[in-house]
Amino acid sequence: MQYAISILLSGVSLGGQYALIAIGYTMVYGILRLINFAHGDVFMVAGLMMVYLTASLPLAASIPLVLVLTVLLGFIIERAAYKPLREAPRMSVMISAIGVSYLLQNLATYVTGGLPKMYPEIPGISNTITIAGAPTKVVTIVTPILVLALVAALTQLIHHTKVGMAMRAVAKDFETAQLMGIKINAVISATFVIGSFLAAVGSVLYFTNYQSIVPLSGALPGLRAFVAAVFGGIGSIPGAVVGAFIIGLSESVIKGSSWSIFSDAFTFALLIIILVVKPTGLFGEKVTDKV
Amino acid sequence: MLKIENLHVSYGGIQALRGISLEVPDGKIVTLIGANGAGKSTTLRTITGLVKASSGSIQWNGGELLGKPIDKIVGAGIAMSPEGRRVFADMSVLENLRIGAYLRKDKAEIEKDVQWVYSLFPRLEERSWQLAGTLSGGEQQMLAVGRALMSRPKLMMLDEPSLGLAPLVVQDIFSIIREINKQGVTVLLIEQNANMALKIADLAYVLETGNITMSGTGAELLANEKVREAYLGKNG
Repeated sequence: MQYAISILLSGVSLGGQYALIAIGYTMVYGILRLINFAHGDVFMVAGLMMVYLTASLPLAASIPLVLVLTVLLGFIIERAAYKPLREAPRMSVMISAIGVSYLLQNLATYVTGGLPKMYPEIPGISNTITIAGAPTKVVTIVTPILVLALVAALTQLIHHTKVGMAMRAVAKDFETAQLMGIKINAVISATFVIGSFLAAVGSVLYFTNYQSIVPLSGALPGLRAFVAAVFGGIGSIPGAVVGAFIIGLSESVIKGSSWSIFSDAFTFALLIIILVVKPTGLFGEKVTDKV
Repeated sequence: MLKIENLHVSYGGIQALRGISLEVPDGKIVTLIGANGAGKSTTLRTITGLVKASSGSIQWNGGELLGKPIDKIVGAGIAMSPEGRRVFADMSVLENLRIGAYLRKDKAEIEKDVQWVYSLFPRLEERSWQLAGTLSGGEQQMLAVGRALMSRPKLMMLDEPSLGLAPLVVQDIFSIIREINKQGVTVLLIEQNANMALKIADLAYVLETGNITMSGTGAELLANEKVREAYLGKNG
């Protein structure tokens, strides 16, 4: 029983962390129809920033600084690598994204010397508590609550503010959105800012569970979050969140069983199945083009 | 007043507009007629800034529009109802109207204008909460016109508002265009339905393969032999 509870808890927590990354994938896809391959690496860079900043700054200053710098990184990536390709075929932008991904990984290797870096302990959320007899870290409880709060705030933003309305308009129709006076580049930047911010939050929560971080640390969580976004229906925010919780829970359950080594195989098998059976995902938009 | 002079536009190697000049005086209804590919839509899209011109000038109340970003052009009082309506299908009718007023900050006035659009199109008020994608073609056209009006334009450009609509609905749309014009909005109208367009137009231009070949009042062109043959389908 205790075992089941701890597996469930860590699954929900992991799912929440994937959700924060998956939202970034899904929002960017929704607006640019681009799979931002660099997103997982932005998540990793946020983790490394945390390592380096906490070495010289107190935690209370490092965390906000990591959030701000990650947002800035996302913004710069979009302006430097995607914006100049706005009129180019989608494939070019995607290749540019892959390029940014490798660039970040290699820069990280250069900076760290390829050695694992100890991730700092964050007092408060790294502590262990016991729930229904199952010992777990505080972060396990904090994550789902924080994720739900952030998702609720994001939903409000998208459905009840002017920026949100502009985002929905740009996601549907670049040209007509422009005719309304919307500056699409500003809206696209806003999307990357939000996505990077959530990835940075996710990074703080995720790496707290690990001892160390390497330049490839963003690749697998990024890929799993991407699967979650596709599973939920890429382009849909509720889809990404639900998909992420499903992926997180199933990963945790499989890792807790004797099939442990197959957990990623299961995740990617799920991706293949969903693409074959329901390519638009759980909540994916149907394409309705009425003329 | 909108004044276009010697406007050239090309896409890749194709010259879409070969030096057109035209005027849209304040308070009038002006129409551009012509066959498919004559450059009608290109003209409107160049005015809004969606398409870049290679040379020429577009003066709006004395200021140059060419080279300005689209949001500045919309902000200067030029709105467009695009070809194919292009309403935001998964937003409600009300949201579509609100987004038309995206650049405005006067909340109370925006609400007033929503009511004004609803008074022009009572059908839209009934469907205020409905998603725009579920409206009929005619209602979507009304919404596209209403949405463009929400920016309080001085010049309203309409790209093929009658496309694919039933004749009765077309008449509705045209009477609304007249009504909007009476309320002080200048109208620049593009139409395949040359007959309807010329009937309500104060001024008309005929566009053929990127050149303006004829111009005159709506009535003059309606009576013109060549126009009748080429665009009204009447022989003699």
